[in-house]
Amino acid sequence: MATVQSQPEMTEGGPPPLAQGTPERRILRSLAADRGAALGASYILLIVLMAALAPLLVKVSGWGPYEFDQSAVDPDMAGAPLGAWGGAGLDHWFGVEPGSGRDIFARIVYGARVSMLIAISATALTTLLGVVFGLLAGFHGGKVDWAISRVMDLLMGFPALIFMIAILSAIPAGNRAVMLVVVISLFGWPYLARVVRGQTISLAQREFVEAARASGAGGAAIVFKEILPNLRSTIIVLATLAIPGYIGTEAGLSFLGVGVNPPTPSWGQMIASSVSWYSVVPTYFAIPGAFLFLLVLSFTVLGDRLRAVLEPGGAP
Amino acid sequence: MLRFLLARLSGLILILLLVCVCTFAVFFVLSPDPAVQICGKNCTPELIDQIRANLGLDEPLLSQFLSFVGGLFAGRTYGAGDAATHCAAPCLGYSFQSSQPVWEMVTERLPVTVTVAIGAAVLWLLAGVVGGLISALKQGTWWDRGAMLVALSGLSIPNYVFALVLQYVLVVQLEWLPFPQAVGFAADPWQWFANYLMPWTVLAFAYASVYARLTRANVIDTLAENYVRTARAKGLPSHLVVRRHALRPALTPITTIFGMDFAGLLGGALITESVFGLNGVGKLTADAISSNDQPVIMGVTLLAAFFVVAGNVVVDLTYTALDPRVRVKSV
Amino acid sequence: MSSPSSAPLLEVEDLTVAFPSPAGPTDVVHEISFTLDPGRSLGIVGESGSGKSMTSLAIMGLLPPTARRTGRVRLAGREISSLPERQMRRIRGDRIAMIFQDPLSSLNPYYTVGLQIEEAYRAHRPNVTRRKARQVVVEAMERVQITDAARRVDHYPHQFSGGMRQRVMIAMALSTEPDLIIADEPTTALDVTVQAQILRLLRSVQQDTGAGLVLITHDLAVVSEMADDVVVMRSGQCVEYAGCEQLFSDPRHPYTCALIDAVPQLEDDVGELRAVGDAGPSRGGER
Repeated sequence: MATVQSQPEMTEGGPPPLAQGTPERRILRSLAADRGAALGASYILLIVLMAALAPLLVKVSGWGPYEFDQSAVDPDMAGAPLGAWGGAGLDHWFGVEPGSGRDIFARIVYGARVSMLIAISATALTTLLGVVFGLLAGFHGGKVDWAISRVMDLLMGFPALIFMIAILSAIPAGNRAVMLVVVISLFGWPYLARVVRGQTISLAQREFVEAARASGAGGAAIVFKEILPNLRSTIIVLATLAIPGYIGTEAGLSFLGVGVNPPTPSWGQMIASSVSWYSVVPTYFAIPGAFLFLLVLSFTVLGDRLRAVLEPGGAP
Repeated sequence: MLRFLLARLSGLILILLLVCVCTFAVFFVLSPDPAVQICGKNCTPELIDQIRANLGLDEPLLSQFLSFVGGLFAGRTYGAGDAATHCAAPCLGYSFQSSQPVWEMVTERLPVTVTVAIGAAVLWLLAGVVGGLISALKQGTWWDRGAMLVALSGLSIPNYVFALVLQYVLVVQLEWLPFPQAVGFAADPWQWFANYLMPWTVLAFAYASVYARLTRANVIDTLAENYVRTARAKGLPSHLVVRRHALRPALTPITTIFGMDFAGLLGGALITESVFGLNGVGKLTADAISSNDQPVIMGVTLLAAFFVVAGNVVVDLTYTALDPRVRVKSV
Repeated sequence: MSSPSSAPLLEVEDLTVAFPSPAGPTDVVHEISFTLDPGRSLGIVGESGSGKSMTSLAIMGLLPPTARRTGRVRLAGREISSLPERQMRRIRGDRIAMIFQDPLSSLNPYYTVGLQIEEAYRAHRPNVTRRKARQVVVEAMERVQITDAARRVDHYPHQFSGGMRQRVMIAMALSTEPDLIIADEPTTALDVTVQAQILRLLRSVQQDTGAGLVLITHDLAVVSEMADDVVVMRSGQCVEYAGCEQLFSDPRHPYTCALIDAVPQLEDDVGELRAVGDAGPSRGGER
């Protein structure tokens, strides 16, 4: 007897249909089978390892991120690196910075720390704020919702980049990294909160919440036991997609000179310094540029695939 | 309709006021000694005292704030007697480093920023919307995959990196474009155009990527709608089905996003202008940041916020024009 | 069922629709055959997922690109199942018109109803002036008993009630004076009182124009009221094909009996309500 089957969702180039098993295992298996997600995840892992093992790596490569090597630059050419490819070779794997002669490999490796730490901390803080305020606004409604939504409107209406720069340049140089995380999160949480709020509102109207209430569960219990678990995949997707944005933001702020203080290396700041040398030493902007680009790309692809797997039917 | 407009306008004023308060707080409350900050790098004790007196920094914060807000509407005079400088309304502040009212500095540079914004907008709308539409219609084909890969790259590459790559490849290596040089349009149209081509491309690449993905997703959604099925069942030719029934509804959310993006660009594309040496509001801001010219930063911030908030209102109004379901029912 | 004197309007022979699936191609419609004469109505009845809507989409040539259709469909003797798309488009909306289930989602919210009816008409009458077309539109709306039609032509779908919207859909179908009307669950999304009105309208329209009507529904009551002949579908197959009176008085197939028994009657004792049993997966592939 012929049976009716629904038309399979074939997302071209995306993850294959979910296999059997527990949800987490299914998701991981789907992602592993997807080339894009696998590549992205591998690159991210590479960068994380690089950041974590930075001190070890620079011991192997021979130069620290703060050491100057004047022998590698040509004083007659305003400090241009000696040798082709920006001075890359066995001694300095990625070449040296013009002028200062600092090892680019070392600075890339330590720069990875800055990028990842700040982006992940900002994502964590943003997620915390976004979920808390989104839940509050969506669940309580009324005046609480009104107040929180107005604050969100206000924050989203600010020209964020300019304001971040303004705040960071007004504050005296203190713990830069912390301030960066705070400022970035301050302008980032409304976007997450908005989605959480919307989903909380629709979830709160569902029957299982009514049932929980009818059986005597209090507000907090409902939020934590009924609503939050259903928001899990949304939060994971949003957080994963927030990271590349924050990597870019931190790099941009460093590029503009309000990021981490020199001599702490940051990919964005390296690119800023490379601007005056771009025609002579293209590797100086190309290398950090490539690292940045690939990292943001990897997180975005991973986030996209996660969303395709966790929320079927939601187009990217 | 009128009541709606009034409500939105009062909301706008409220938000601008709040932005004012926040901006003011950031500069005059957060920083330990605004006078020193404002004074900038080449500072002298006399200049610091003068700034302090001019801006009334010894007065209570509230009166400082009121003077600032008052200056926005009625102009403001700094100092007294011979040293008095008048800053005409709207007084966004006075740059002591450049000895110019901020408003003047901004209006001098606004045409460049507007040119950047409009050129980029045209490019990104064409590339993004058309690209996204074609991708949606050819979903799953090589074109679609390729286009989305390009869009993904456009999203991921920071625009200053892309700018440097473009400059290196096009100007230094291939020599297709000349080095940027500031000229007026009348003087040398080709050079003028060449100056803007790369900034337009850099900005447009990033935005077009977002818009292509968005258009593709929206069109795929609308193509699956029941009313598209009805249109096909009526025997309408394919191009009408796509253009009239799938594209039009798909474009509505894109229009509103575009309004916000464009408004944001009017505040100055900081990074792009700096990288290409375009003398617009964005570069003004970037320069002010490096020289720590606080009044300029503050004034530009207010202006940018104004554009964003005003853009918000315009977008709301156009939404009612675009989506019949949102209109006030006349039945 | 088909009287020998008039040629049949619609002939469907061994129509099959298959979709690819992980288990290989799967039939959602399997070798359906029926005939419809001009001026008569055919009811296709079955549960969700039985393939009824797919059948109508297959006749219209509106199946999704992944579907594989085999079998023959003839309209007034002309083979339409093998027509190229361009020619099929000329028949669609002109000779065969379709009315869908949910008029709210089936009408484009961004355009006035007048425009949507007009484009149905002008797609097949390209040389008509806009003025004349608008006249036709207003007349069509009046024919389906939409009051104040001249003014409401410029209203948007969301400004109409559910029943009115379905009348708009019917007006849209009528504007080209089709030979065949296919109505897919036209009353399912409507209130019960409005349902009767719409069915009455459909029948009067059919009688006025002499068009053939294919009425797809899951509701046996609708079938008993409207159809001359009935096709009962289950899991993509036709399990019974008979004249309406005969179907209800002497059902042959056990599934048909079960369907009829499942309708609660006012006169009977309230005994056990028998479930119809497995009639195919509950996950419908119809929409």
